[in-house]
Amino acid sequence: MTDAVTLAPIVAVKDLRTAFGDNVVHDNLNLSVQPGEILSLVGGSGSGKTALLRQIIGLSEPAAGSIEVFGRNLHRLSPIRRRLLSRRWGVLFQAGALFSALTVFDNIALPMRELRTVPERLVRDVVLSRLAMVGLTAQDGRKRPSDLSGGMVKRVALARALALDPELLFLDEPTAGLDPERSDEFVALVRDLHDQLKFTVVMVTHDLDTLLALSSKVAVLAQKRVIASGSVQDVLRVDHPFIKTFFLGERGRRALAPLMPEELLHGKS
Amino acid sequence: MDAFLSSSPPVAGSDPVRFSGESCRISGDWSVQTLASQGVIAEREQAMARAQPHTRWDLSHISRLDTLGAHLLWQAWQRRLPDHIRIKDEHRLVFEKLAEQSDEPPEPAAENRLTAAVIGLGERVLRGARHGGALVVMLGQLVIDLGGFIRHPLRGPWREISAQIYRTGAQALGITALVGFLIGIVLSYLSASQLQTFGADRFIVRLLGVSITRELGPLLAAILVAGRSGSAITAQLGVMRVTQELDAMRVMGMSLSQRLILPRVLALALVMPLLVLWTDVMALAGGMLAAQVQLDVSALWFIQSLPDAISIGNYFIGLAKGVAFGITIALVACHFGLLIEPNTDSLGRGTTSSVVTAITAVILVNALFAISLSGVGL
Repeated sequence: MTDAVTLAPIVAVKDLRTAFGDNVVHDNLNLSVQPGEILSLVGGSGSGKTALLRQIIGLSEPAAGSIEVFGRNLHRLSPIRRRLLSRRWGVLFQAGALFSALTVFDNIALPMRELRTVPERLVRDVVLSRLAMVGLTAQDGRKRPSDLSGGMVKRVALARALALDPELLFLDEPTAGLDPERSDEFVALVRDLHDQLKFTVVMVTHDLDTLLALSSKVAVLAQKRVIASGSVQDVLRVDHPFIKTFFLGERGRRALAPLMPEELLHGKS
Repeated sequence: MDAFLSSSPPVAGSDPVRFSGESCRISGDWSVQTLASQGVIAEREQAMARAQPHTRWDLSHISRLDTLGAHLLWQAWQRRLPDHIRIKDEHRLVFEKLAEQSDEPPEPAAENRLTAAVIGLGERVLRGARHGGALVVMLGQLVIDLGGFIRHPLRGPWREISAQIYRTGAQALGITALVGFLIGIVLSYLSASQLQTFGADRFIVRLLGVSITRELGPLLAAILVAGRSGSAITAQLGVMRVTQELDAMRVMGMSLSQRLILPRVLALALVMPLLVLWTDVMALAGGMLAAQVQLDVSALWFIQSLPDAISIGNYFIGLAKGVAFGITIALVACHFGLLIEPNTDSLGRGTTSSVVTAITAVILVNALFAISLSGVGL
C-alpha cells in the first residue's frame, strides 16, 4: 500500500485493545507512524480517535496490546524514564489546554523552566523566537489565555508544544473551532513549521480540508481497528461504507475534486 | 541516560567546544536533550566566553542543533553571525531566522426494591472504601514528596506555598474572628446564668478558657476553613481537570502531587494552628465582654486569671489539633478535586462532597484526640 518501509517506526501500535467497562472501543488495532510523516487519524464519532491518541501519549493505559513510541514501550517504563521520554514529543490539545493562571509567555516558557537547567535569559530568547515563529508578538506574550481568541489559543498552544523542539507532535483536532480562514492559516503554519523543523505529526481531525492540506498518510478508524491506511488515493480505493460517506459525501467531493479518480467522481455510484 | 534521550549517539571523545589557536570548533549534540542535563549550558557558555571577535568558528561538525542550542550560540556571539564561520547551510538558515527577529525588550514577563437497596448499600460501602484507600495512597505520596522537598528545598514550590498561605490563612482572619467572637459571647452568656444560680461566677474563666482553647477554637476554625478553603481547593483542581490543565501537566511530566497537593497541605498545616490561636483569642475576648456585662467580672481580672485557668497542655493540644485538621482538610479537598470529571455538574457535586467529608473527617479526628488525650491537661 505505502512505499517500501525501511526506517524504524516512531510510533508502533500493536494488537491494541481498549475498553471502557463493557464497551470495547479498539480490538486488535495496529498502526505505525514513520519518521517525517504527517499521519491523520480519521473515523466517526466514538471510533476512539482521541482515546487512541491519549494512549499513545501515555495519558491512559490500554487494556491489552503494546504501544511503542521511539521504540520504547511506554506503559512499561518507570515514571522517570517516561518523563524523560515525554520531553521528545509535544501535544496540542483540542482546547489548547493553556495554563490559565500563567501568561502566554510563561506558558511557553514552562517546559523549558521545568528542565530547571536553562538560564532565564536563554528561556526568554527562545520564547520570543517561538512567539515570532507562530506569528505572535512580544506584546501578546503578556496576555492571559482568557484574553486570547480561539486562533491565538491554538497558536500559543502550538508554540508551547514545540517549546522543546520535539521530534514528534500530536495534534488533537487542530482546526476545530476555528473559522475557515483561521483554519487555513493554521494549516499553513503547521506545514511551514514541518518543513522547517522536520518533526513527525500524528493528528486527529474531522476536517477534510485540513486533512488533505496536511497529511502525507491517512489512517481510517472503524469497526474497532484501522481499516485502511496509506495516501488519500489509496484510502479512497478501499470499499467501506464509512470511507464512502466521509470522503465521498457532498463536502468530500468538493474538497477532493482535484484528487479524485474519474470513475469515482462520475461513474457507477 | 543520554543515549536513552537522544536519537543520535553522542560523539565520543570530543569536546562540544574546542579552541585551538584562533579557531573554535563546535561539535556534537546542541539540542535540548543534551543541554537539559545539569551544568551543560553553563559549561559551554564558559568555554565559549574565551572567544574573541576575530575567532574563526567551525560549526560543520554539529550533529544536532535546535532552537535552544542555536540561542545558546547566538548569545555567545552577541546576537550576530561571526565574520569567520564555517557552517552547514541548514544551520545557517536557522541563524538567519534568528537575525530577522527584532530585539524587543522582553517583559518578565429495574430490580426489586430490596435487592436494589442492598446493592445500593454495597456500592456506597465500596465507594467509601475506595475513597479511604485513595486517601491513604495520597498520604503516602505526600510523605515521599515531603522527603524530596526536604532534600531539595530550593526546588520546592515556594510561590505556590506562599500563595496558599495567604489565601487560606490571611484571608480567613476576618471570618474566623467574627465567628469566634460571637460564639464566645453566646457561650459566656449561657454559662453565666447557670453559674450565677450556683454562685460560682468566678469559674467562668476556667470554663471558657478550657472549652475554647481545647475544643471550640480548633473545631470552629477547622469547620470554617473546610467550608472556605476546602471547597476552593476542590473547585480549583476540578476546573483544572475541566480545562485539561491537569492533563497538560502530566504530559510535561510534572508531578501533580508535588505541584498541587504538597503546597496546599503544607500551607494548611502551617496556617491552621495560627488560625486556631487567633480564633481562641477572639472567642475569649467575646466571652470576656459578655462576662463583664452579665457577671460584672472585670476584664483585668479575667485576663489575669487566664494563665491559671488554661494549662499549657490544653494550649498545645489545641495547636496540635490545628495541624491535624489542616492536613485532613487539605488532603480530602485535593482528593475530591482530582476526582472531578471534566464537566461542570461533577464539579458541583465534588465540591459538596469535599466539604461534607472534610467536616466529618475533622470531627472524627477530633474524637480521636478526645479519646487518646482524655487524661491530659484537664
